[in-house]
Amino acid sequence: MNAQVQPAASAWQAVIGLEIHAQLSTASKLFSGASTAYGAEPNTQTSLVDCAMPGTLPVPNREAVRKAIQFGLAIDAAIAPQSVFARKNYFYPDLPKGYQISQYELPVVGAGRLRVRVDDGRVIEVEIQRAHLEEDAGKSVHDAFHAETGIDLNRAGTPLLEIVSAPVLHSAAEAVAYMRTVHTLVRWLGICDGNMQEGSFRCDCNVSVRRGSDAPLGTRTEIKNVNSFRFVEKAIEYEIERQIRALENGESIVQETRLYDPARHQTRPMRSKESADDYRYFPDPDLPPLVIAAADVARERDALPELPQARRERYVAVLGLPDADADQLCADRATADYFEAVLAALPGQAKLCANWVLGEVAANLNEAGIEIAAAPVSAAALAELLARLRDGSISGKIAKDVFAAMWAGEGGADAIIEARGLRQISDSGALAAAIAAVLAEHPAQVADYRGGNEKLLQFFVGQTMKRTRGQANPQQLNELLRQKLAAP
Amino acid sequence: MSLDHAAVRHIARLARLAVADDQLESLRSDLERVLHLFDDLAAANVDNLAPLAHPHDQPLSLREDVVVDTDRSAQLLALAAASQGGYYLVPKVIE
Amino acid sequence: MAALAADLAAGRRSALQLADDALARAERAAALNSFIRIDADGARSAARAVDAQRAAGAALPALAGIPFAHKDIFCTRGVATTCGSRMLRDFVPPYDAQVVERLASAGAVSLGKTNMDEFAMGSSNENSAYGAVANPWDTARVPGGSSGGSAAAVAAGIVPFATGTDTGGSIRQPAAFCGITGLKPTYGRVSRYGMIAYASSLDCAGVLARSAADCAIVFDAIAGFDPRDATSVARPAEATAALLEQPLAGLRIGIAREYFGSGVQAGVGERVHAALRELERLGAVLVDVSLPNAHHAIAAYYVIAPAEASSNLARYDGVRYGHRTAHARSLDELYSLSRAEGFGAEVQRRILVGTYALSAGYYDAYYLRAQKVRRLIANDFAAAFAGVDLIAGPTAPTTAFRLGEKAGDALAMYAADVNTVAVNLAGLPAISLPAGLAGGLPAGLQLIAPAFAEARLLNAAHRLQLATDWHLQEPAA
Repeated sequence: MNAQVQPAASAWQAVIGLEIHAQLSTASKLFSGASTAYGAEPNTQTSLVDCAMPGTLPVPNREAVRKAIQFGLAIDAAIAPQSVFARKNYFYPDLPKGYQISQYELPVVGAGRLRVRVDDGRVIEVEIQRAHLEEDAGKSVHDAFHAETGIDLNRAGTPLLEIVSAPVLHSAAEAVAYMRTVHTLVRWLGICDGNMQEGSFRCDCNVSVRRGSDAPLGTRTEIKNVNSFRFVEKAIEYEIERQIRALENGESIVQETRLYDPARHQTRPMRSKESADDYRYFPDPDLPPLVIAAADVARERDALPELPQARRERYVAVLGLPDADADQLCADRATADYFEAVLAALPGQAKLCANWVLGEVAANLNEAGIEIAAAPVSAAALAELLARLRDGSISGKIAKDVFAAMWAGEGGADAIIEARGLRQISDSGALAAAIAAVLAEHPAQVADYRGGNEKLLQFFVGQTMKRTRGQANPQQLNELLRQKLAAP
Repeated sequence: MSLDHAAVRHIARLARLAVADDQLESLRSDLERVLHLFDDLAAANVDNLAPLAHPHDQPLSLREDVVVDTDRSAQLLALAAASQGGYYLVPKVIE
Repeated sequence: MAALAADLAAGRRSALQLADDALARAERAAALNSFIRIDADGARSAARAVDAQRAAGAALPALAGIPFAHKDIFCTRGVATTCGSRMLRDFVPPYDAQVVERLASAGAVSLGKTNMDEFAMGSSNENSAYGAVANPWDTARVPGGSSGGSAAAVAAGIVPFATGTDTGGSIRQPAAFCGITGLKPTYGRVSRYGMIAYASSLDCAGVLARSAADCAIVFDAIAGFDPRDATSVARPAEATAALLEQPLAGLRIGIAREYFGSGVQAGVGERVHAALRELERLGAVLVDVSLPNAHHAIAAYYVIAPAEASSNLARYDGVRYGHRTAHARSLDELYSLSRAEGFGAEVQRRILVGTYALSAGYYDAYYLRAQKVRRLIANDFAAAFAGVDLIAGPTAPTTAFRLGEKAGDALAMYAADVNTVAVNLAGLPAISLPAGLAGGLPAGLQLIAPAFAEARLLNAAHRLQLATDWHLQEPAA
């Protein structure tokens, strides 16, 4: 249900900006040497710094800074030669210092852009205003205790990259497409594991509506901490409709922070948030400016992998793949790399390789619920199989059977083909004998065919295949059959 | 700079300091006197000067991404007035 | 201290004897209230450990076996650390500050924790939750602050040195009031790790002792890069103790006329001039210099320090450590009551002032402008140091004032910091030296050096002390 296509809402334009929080995949926290591993017992990964012990001081993690630089380069943004960590002051029990160390006036990553393919086929360019480093807060546990809330600081201090888009998205579908593109990119770069269930990738949605694209921006609301693509879509759709309904009823929108309730597919105001926050940002006096040398940026730039967008374009322009194939192959780097490894062994066979990676491989991965990195059939093994298909040793149908055997761990393609005797019968003498036997068994159908019912060719193909246990070379079989049937 | 009671209450709220009604006026006049001291800042000529947040122009030193801190939750939680099951406890918070 | 070290090295005294003697002196001087906590067991066991090492023939550092005291702002593992506050009455840190580690590994024997203004906010030590400290020269007078307990303990002869911290003069002013030597190093020279924060961009750990030579030994032990403090300076510390004896011939000392304004007590001005004449006699060249924006330093300091403090002290919320109110019915009450009960009046006042200076609508006029004035003041120093090696003036405009004299008047108290705060704003090293008595009370000479020139500072101070005996004057027992 897209608000833009509802007749009652046709005059309205939604304006959406996303603040995506990507947890940087470092071993230790942004400002302390505690582990960032997910799922530990409460407060067992809380260092003296993380619990704000008096006298302790933050020291930034070099790897987190590197990962921020990589993201900035990937969205074609300027990397600030000097950026500043600032304190955002507010009281909340999961914020042990009483302030969050973030970046405010001078973020490490400046303005950049990202091309996004929306589901309807459009490509939009989304402006990213900035990306900055900040520390995550701890977790509040509300349901485990009777009259109290429990605080676990294991997550406190985990490095986040907050990626702030300009308010340039106009539908839930665009917002989700943008979010997916960022999700692909951060995983592609290896700077974030993208695990949304564990909260490694989540987003705040700023939503407002206005009457037409020329009207001034309306009052916006912020939906906090949405952690799935579907929820982002639902939350934004709900919020757009809610705001339009309110405005059409003559009510006004209150600038506020809201929470998304996945059970009801609704948003509601967040009670613990104050209406008028005054965060009193100021440069963190414990942290001098973060200076990044041009040489360090150049080194990261040189080490940057080919990015998903560039690779997708290359697949279409150079390899001649259809858009849809290129899209799917480039949805994550492991898939694209797997495809390239297969292709490297079969130059010029991009479409064949793509079909297999997106077909058999993807289907089997899906069924097994595993990532391509864990696939039991390696790219080299698949290439070996496809080589047999190409040289006519086996048919496409046999190839699928061999693949299944390979997936089940029965060995390599050649070994399976040999062991099962699956090599195609390309010997015309043997094939001719099989065809003669089939034609002799089915005189009525032969007469029918010769009488003009050429559709029966498939019947003879099937019968001959059956007799040869599928090992007949289909092309050769077709030719020979036509010859034999033509000659009375 | 003059301060009224509402402003004092607002600042005290931001700073999470409880102020009793009977302290409010003396606190207000105290703060107002201190703020008068700051009028002097307006007299300084700071045209074209960049703010100085850190005394020396030294770059930030960074650390390597290594886990060096291990579990010390028992020690930490023992310092807290209220904890249970490994968690720090605060009065119920409603989001 | 050299005499003590010689006694220890020659085996005439043991570290345990020195510790016991110091503990006995602390006992006799208990009325000064210079200690918040004495850790007799810890001191004796540290002393025994040093004696055992010496008996085993180990080569020991100069400080091994020397008794001293830590300002109660440094976290000490297993020894309560209150920072002069009710908020941390029962706080026992699970770790040692870098300064504590350094002195422990040098074998110095800590007697305990000295009294201080709460969270180092004060110039008289009257803002301690554990009572005021008396000045050993006149027990009706303040020892200065915030390192008042450390200054009184050294002046009273309880310990030969004590650690301190200096955010706006908190080492130098009490050193001046108590007639001892106090070194505030360059910002970043000594790690702040484990030192409870007041105003992070100004806070500096240092030492109070009887002489510049003793300050040099302690400074050499505590200075140096620490990867746990991102503002720690990554440059090798020079061994200042080895450079103490250089002659002063040709040393250019700038006399900052702004430091001799009308607020300076006549006797203090005379003593400081006398000290300067002595330096001149030793070969130094006295030059007039100007720090034209010196008078803006108080306003800039009292915006910046409270602003940083308002944020630094937000962690005291009653949740993870420290005072927690017994009367909270909600999270908000837990915060606001714990903090109102745990913090004293001056700390609350500075938190409120700092919160205000950072709040929406006032940030530019107060905080940002104060940072620009800070630049102005740093530029003044840079310009002056283009022509001189050191800058001199009185540490404080007066001698020690009476207990209670300024207690009700925050502004009068702030104004007394006029000669010290600019040094912190610029992050420079400075030392306060005894310059003789004015009206029976010590007057202090302040020498200021360019960043990282502690060796020059200590050299000049030491040569002056070789030629004079002001630093040897002691209060009547």
